[in-house]
Amino acid sequence: MSRLLAHFDVRFPTFHLNADIDVPLSGLTAIFGPSGSGKTTLLRCLAGLERASTGFMQFGAHVWQDEKIGLCLPLYKRPVGYVFQEPRLFPHYDVRSNLLYGYKRVPPQERRIAVEQVVDILGIDHLLERRIHKLSGGEQQRVAIGRALLTSPELLLLDEPLASLDIQRKQELLPFIHRLHKHLHIPVLYVSHALTEILQLADRVILLKEGHVVGVGVLNEILTSLQFRGSFGSHRVGAVLDACVTSHDPRYGLTQLEFMGQSLFVPLQPSAVGQTVRVHILSNDVSLVVGRTNSPTSVLNILEATIVEVREINQSSVDVLLDIGTPLVASITKRSLVTLGLKPGQQVFAHIKAVALNEELME
Amino acid sequence: MGVLTEVDLSALWVSVRLATMTVVVLLIVGTPLAWWLAHTKSRLRPIVEAAVALPIVLPPTVLGFYILVALGPYGPLGRLANVSLAFTFTGLVIASVFYSMPFVIQPLQNAFETAGKAPLEAAWSLRASHWDAFLTVISPIALRGYISAIVLGFAHTMGEFGVVLMVGGSIPGQTRVLSTTIFEHVEALEYAQAHAISACMLIFSFLVLLAVFIVNRRFPIHVS
Repeated sequence: MSRLLAHFDVRFPTFHLNADIDVPLSGLTAIFGPSGSGKTTLLRCLAGLERASTGFMQFGAHVWQDEKIGLCLPLYKRPVGYVFQEPRLFPHYDVRSNLLYGYKRVPPQERRIAVEQVVDILGIDHLLERRIHKLSGGEQQRVAIGRALLTSPELLLLDEPLASLDIQRKQELLPFIHRLHKHLHIPVLYVSHALTEILQLADRVILLKEGHVVGVGVLNEILTSLQFRGSFGSHRVGAVLDACVTSHDPRYGLTQLEFMGQSLFVPLQPSAVGQTVRVHILSNDVSLVVGRTNSPTSVLNILEATIVEVREINQSSVDVLLDIGTPLVASITKRSLVTLGLKPGQQVFAHIKAVALNEELME
Repeated sequence: MGVLTEVDLSALWVSVRLATMTVVVLLIVGTPLAWWLAHTKSRLRPIVEAAVALPIVLPPTVLGFYILVALGPYGPLGRLANVSLAFTFTGLVIASVFYSMPFVIQPLQNAFETAGKAPLEAAWSLRASHWDAFLTVISPIALRGYISAIVLGFAHTMGEFGVVLMVGGSIPGQTRVLSTTIFEHVEALEYAQAHAISACMLIFSFLVLLAVFIVNRRFPIHVS
């Protein structure tokens, strides 16, 4: 699979970005970090909007920037779609002309995405003749995404496209972002400092801190890595896993999922059998049992797990990193740890309460 | 036009030609300069800004004097042209360009600063080259700035007096413009003619400004 390689070293009067990146060009890669960690600057470097004194960027087989030889392809020559924090629509055009602005500038033989397709995915059919100032913030941002998509980009850069919107609009727009990278197969780099967005959307994550990349990897590995747990704001963030819908039980309002041969129950999902659902498991919602108990239990989800690592969180609690085919974290008391005599390598059963994250995401 | 003589009408024609050419030259020269001023981080910026604004505060005679010297057979511009440009229409255009420069540059610079770089970057991300982005995105967004620049540049050139007198003299048909014609009429105590031309200029200026305000109100440019 082709990859995105980049190295930037840019100094600003009050800020220093020094980032090394090597990620596969597929799915959605989130660039995550607190405000001021350099996320937007990194994205702007990747777009060629900021020039680094030391800069290199290779997209698949194409080198877009190599400051050693003074090469930096301007943004308009890169097959990149860029969605800014603000919609930045052109006020002197209506919605249709905004959508077609980039489309018209791409040679017909390079157009892979049709206008109808984008209008359909983003649900903006009824807005086409509107003037820009008659649109709500969410509608404007959808048009901005559509406008970028219609350049048939090979890479989509999204800079906190939901940041300027209220919660309701955010929820409205998340499914669109999810759908577009699933349906159009364009690799997406997504800047965000909102953990919920990352949990719902990301396949991979690049962790930024004070201008430095501190971690790159598959979302769940980074989430559950005890090393990075402080980076997500909450120590109880837990794990995510993508499970397949096997059956629905409307009588009890449950959906059964399958994950690596093990079964998981979550509240009833609208997704059809065979579809994938992302499940979020908070570390506080995982308890551990040594050996299978024969006595009946109210817990529906009991997964076989292997203890990988134990780390002290504070005086009373520890995090236990488990392997259930993917990493999972349980937060338990130190007292339980000692009473049960838990050690790395040991087989245990994890009792979990699972929450499906994207009920409305995958219709 | 009962009161107006042929000399008056030719002065009107010279004035209109002068103002038009001055505005055209200033738009061509002024657009890149205003763009640079709006976006540069150079330390030279305040110096250039001050130089551009100079004609607002400088006595027109001072400006006129130096331009006259520059245009003369031994001045840098005169040598460049290999002929004295003083007291010619070309000389008048050059002088007017300097004299009216702030009235064209400043509205453009304001418009470019207001537009900012954001729409430009958006246009680049949609495959528009620098020129393309400027013509299809920045110019329309800065349209009001252009209208102000054109109107103010034109009106200000129509109204200039001191510089014209210094650089152009008042040669009928060549460098005699409306404002100097009024002066000549007053000198000759031809108040009726002076009054006719003055009234025309007054009404013309008012109507142009009125038109600009109505256009701005009727077709507001919405910046998101």
